[in-house]
Amino acid sequence: MNAAAALEIEGLRKSFGNNLVLEGVDLSVGEHEVVCLIGASGSGKSTLLRCVNLLEPIDAGRIVVAGQEITRRGVDVNLVRRRIGIVFQAFNLFPHMSVLENVTLAPRLALHRDRREAEEEARELLGRFGLSDKVDAYPDHLSGGQQQRVAIVRALAMQPRLMLLDEVTSALDPELVGEVLDVIGELAAGGMTMVIATHEMGFARDIATRVCFLDGGVILEQGPPEQMFGSPRQSRTQQFLQRIVSAHRL
Amino acid sequence: MASEGDRRAGLEVDEPRRSRILGGLGSVEGPGGAAIATLSTIVFFVVVGVAITHAPGWHEVRKTFFDWGEFKSSFPEVARAFLLNCKIFSIAECFILAFALLLAVLRSLPGPVFFPLRALAIVYADFFRGVPTILVIAILGFGAPALQVSGVPTSTTLWGIVALVLVYSAYVSEVYRAGIDSVHPSQEAAARSLGLTRGQTLRKVILPQAVRRVIPPLLNDFIGLQKDTALVGTLGAIEAFNQASIDTNATFNYTAYLAAAVLFVAITIPLARFTDWLIARDRRRLQALGAFA
Repeated sequence: MNAAAALEIEGLRKSFGNNLVLEGVDLSVGEHEVVCLIGASGSGKSTLLRCVNLLEPIDAGRIVVAGQEITRRGVDVNLVRRRIGIVFQAFNLFPHMSVLENVTLAPRLALHRDRREAEEEARELLGRFGLSDKVDAYPDHLSGGQQQRVAIVRALAMQPRLMLLDEVTSALDPELVGEVLDVIGELAAGGMTMVIATHEMGFARDIATRVCFLDGGVILEQGPPEQMFGSPRQSRTQQFLQRIVSAHRL
Repeated sequence: MASEGDRRAGLEVDEPRRSRILGGLGSVEGPGGAAIATLSTIVFFVVVGVAITHAPGWHEVRKTFFDWGEFKSSFPEVARAFLLNCKIFSIAECFILAFALLLAVLRSLPGPVFFPLRALAIVYADFFRGVPTILVIAILGFGAPALQVSGVPTSTTLWGIVALVLVYSAYVSEVYRAGIDSVHPSQEAAARSLGLTRGQTLRKVILPQAVRRVIPPLLNDFIGLQKDTALVGTLGAIEAFNQASIDTNATFNYTAYLAAAVLFVAITIPLARFTDWLIARDRRRLQALGAFA
């Protein structure tokens, strides 16, 4: 096993009832790597991310984050999650809290940060992503793009070593996708290690250091984006990309 | 007239989602509508009033239930006794809010470890929702002081309050539970993914949203509680109903009961209107956000 790996997944299996979603996934993500997961809906991209964040218990296999096996019994899930940020397709902001409260809640409760300190950092982060004027707004009054940017900032406020992005632009109007992708691009440029489930192939091609194609519960093929999008080896990958091209998504 | 009709039609187009059912008394549209409503209301009540006062036996009814002199003489005492109802209600309400929340939280605990607590909460709610309130009041109010065990309070009113808390907590815990269940699981996922513990998630994310949503049904239960304080009178405490009974037993005139009824209604109706207003406000907010789902 590579000691420097930020994330190491071995033989991960997960089923919901009789529905076997992940049939033995192996994946190694190095520090500062940006891995994009592509594949049809229902191929297990989201499930994989949720397993890494321990939101779903796994059936078999192991997940190692920065050298620590997080799927072992007795691991403090709260400590693990504090180091792994996840952003969801539907934003999942807390509707009863202002933007600032959304962002400072976890640092204050989970990291026991002083309120003023946490707020100062939150304002700085929000400012960095063009949300300075939304600090006191409530999620209901923000556009989808703004909400998703706040959700990203909320995850970043915990200073995670690893970010998981679960189809973060799928619920957005087309004209709002760009602003969210820009934020993610900025994170990648800053060296953040990320695993991104996405349907935005153009974005994946631009940002990924590696692209993984999920099919039938396994990573069927992976490689650098030029190779994956230029000359995929597996026929299933070719078919999938063909469908994407004909749907004008690439 | 035609132009006014058009304008009113236009108003309806502007507010197509305004509810006539939940709009309550407020759904009289336009100045013409208000005039028609006023006129029809006057005509209706004059006709009903004349019909009632000319009915055979009206004279006896008025003497027995609507005797102004009796009302004036009994009202001060009944009102003073009604303060006890208010006291019972206020004390009971505080304990119910806290105890019911505890029951609801116990019932929402996940995992096999907490099965006994979940089961306990379910059995509790089933039992106390199934037994008539007056029975619980009688068992505790007459039974507990009769034990004559040292340390057990002998105040019947206190035991009446305990009974009300036990019964109403069962109902209110169900209201809380509905609120907790209505918060989408993705909210819990978001909070837990940030590293918050289960307890922190419940306190800061789930419960604030849940409680806000169930305020109208909570108030509804408290309207019921206010009325049921009269049941404590069966234990002998001199509250409004008991005081009125004493008056009627002395005079064989039942106007004192009416005085008690007026006092109860004076408290419950404003609360009912306030509840309606809260529901209407939440509805408007949701509509303003275009998120009526």
